[in-house]
Amino acid sequence: MEWINVIVQGVLIGGLYALFAAGLSLIFGVMRLVNIAHGDFIVGAAYLAMVVIQATGLHPLASLFLVVPAMAAIGYAIQLGLLNRVLGNDILPPLIVTFGLSIILQNLLLTGFSADSRKLNAGALETQSLAVLPGVDVGYLPLLTFVAAVALIAGLQYLFYHTAMGRAFRATSDDGEIAQIMGLDNRRVFAWAMSLSMSVVAIAGVFLAIRANFDPFMGPSRLIFGFEAVIIGGLGNLWGTLAGGVILGVAQGLGAQIDPGWQLLAGHIAFLVILAVKPRGLFPRID
Amino acid sequence: MADTVLDVADLEVFYGNAQAIHGVSLTIEKGELLSLIGSNGAGKSTLFKAICGMVKPRAGAIRLKGQNTARLSPARITEMGVAMVPEGRRLFRSLSVEENLVLGGYVGRPGPWTLRKVYDVFPILHERRRYPATALSGGQQQMVAIGRALMSNPDLLLLDELSLGLAPVVIKDIYALLPRILGEGLSTILVEQDVTRAMAVSDHFVCMLEGKISLSGRSDAFTHDQISAAYFGT
Ligand SMILES: Nc1ncnc2c1ncn2[C@@H]1O[C@H](COP(=O)(O)OP(=O)(O)OP(=O)(O)O)[C@@H](O)[C@H]1O
Ligand SMILES: [Mg+2]
Repeated sequence: MEWINVIVQGVLIGGLYALFAAGLSLIFGVMRLVNIAHGDFIVGAAYLAMVVIQATGLHPLASLFLVVPAMAAIGYAIQLGLLNRVLGNDILPPLIVTFGLSIILQNLLLTGFSADSRKLNAGALETQSLAVLPGVDVGYLPLLTFVAAVALIAGLQYLFYHTAMGRAFRATSDDGEIAQIMGLDNRRVFAWAMSLSMSVVAIAGVFLAIRANFDPFMGPSRLIFGFEAVIIGGLGNLWGTLAGGVILGVAQGLGAQIDPGWQLLAGHIAFLVILAVKPRGLFPRID
Repeated sequence: MADTVLDVADLEVFYGNAQAIHGVSLTIEKGELLSLIGSNGAGKSTLFKAICGMVKPRAGAIRLKGQNTARLSPARITEMGVAMVPEGRRLFRSLSVEENLVLGGYVGRPGPWTLRKVYDVFPILHERRRYPATALSGGQQQMVAIGRALMSNPDLLLLDELSLGLAPVVIKDIYALLPRILGEGLSTILVEQDVTRAMAVSDHFVCMLEGKISLSGRSDAFTHDQISAAYFGT
């Protein structure tokens, strides 16, 4: 039972990792941009939610109604004002710029909120659980996080494959030059993609902040989890990010079971093993 | 002239420091079919890209129905009525046949071409509409590329090497459909490697050589030898 419990909890935390990963995968798929600041945006969204909650007294989940549109708007503006200027054939400039953004964000958060760690309080949601098997209790929060991840990925999948916006994303990703002579403006398409990615970031940030303490410097490690989930699942495959997140979560859980110090290491080892066996990830869709 | 659709004047196009087009001028009237011939690397595709706004000319003018488009975005130029079937087709590989066609109509210009009309002309595309576009045969892919261009209801259609990589019977089929595709009023520039065919279908022609125009005029006004000399630069 103990092992089953470890695996179940690992699967559920995989939902959170999938939330970290989905936004990263989305913008890589559309514009081949690797956003080094992705983790810091997640943490930034957590602080934004904290500010909103302090100002309004909303429940953290309800704060998403404000945090998601705000992050989407920020994403749109950053893409149009900054990232579009550095995207091109050379992949280095956007890497450097998002790396710079990462450092700027961390320091802004440090200046604004100090290095103290914070947490969002979601009340009963955090403490209640469901006994699914003897010895296997599923907390409402991890369950909700997982369900949110599945719903979000299903939603993104629908958007990508069944809407005009998704068609524009795929066309621009396939052949940006020809997409432009269809009348699409690449810069706007990229801005939509970034604002969508940042909406996912907002959701990831709030779930993260309810689950655990956060501080201005925890972004990069969330980025790593997101990266690993994306790569394990295979580039460009949204459902793959969920599989990647789950594998990562389960590996970490199993590692921690052996020795608490092994939690993170076990996740990285699983990542490296999969990379060694399948260098393009489990279900790649992008060459 | 009220009926001039496109007027290119003294165009100069560079890729970095390499000049691909040296002072090219040409005009095309409403409803005219102009053949653009020339050997490999003559600059035909580059001229098309400049007209579409995919490359920016260093000098010269490109006037579409009187308006200079040389500094406009590709999207804006498409909205103004230019469409291209690019060399090598370049279909969107993650889009189905129908999605490729629908995207062709993204700018929403009014006109005779609708999804239904494209399917009328190319019934096989209706049958295969849910297939990934690149899963089709070469000839069918070319039909998708043509349909995609027509979906924007252009005033000026640029066709770059329709026959590239296609079997002779397929080429014949596509050319047989050309009159129906072009209809009335659509101005077309056709790039075609088969010079005899290019001359047979067009009203006028332009021959390019190393980025310059080496010969132009009515398609029936020159001998084979004159055209051959302009084509090879001998
Ligand atoms: N993207 C590019 N970058 C640099 N040079 C280019 C590029 N595209 C074309 N060229 C050069 O510009 C010149 C004209 O090329 P272009 O493709 O326009 O010729 P073309 O007449 O269409 O030839 P083909 O019959 O082979 O299609 C050639 O010398 C070519 O090498
Ligand atoms: Mg060419």
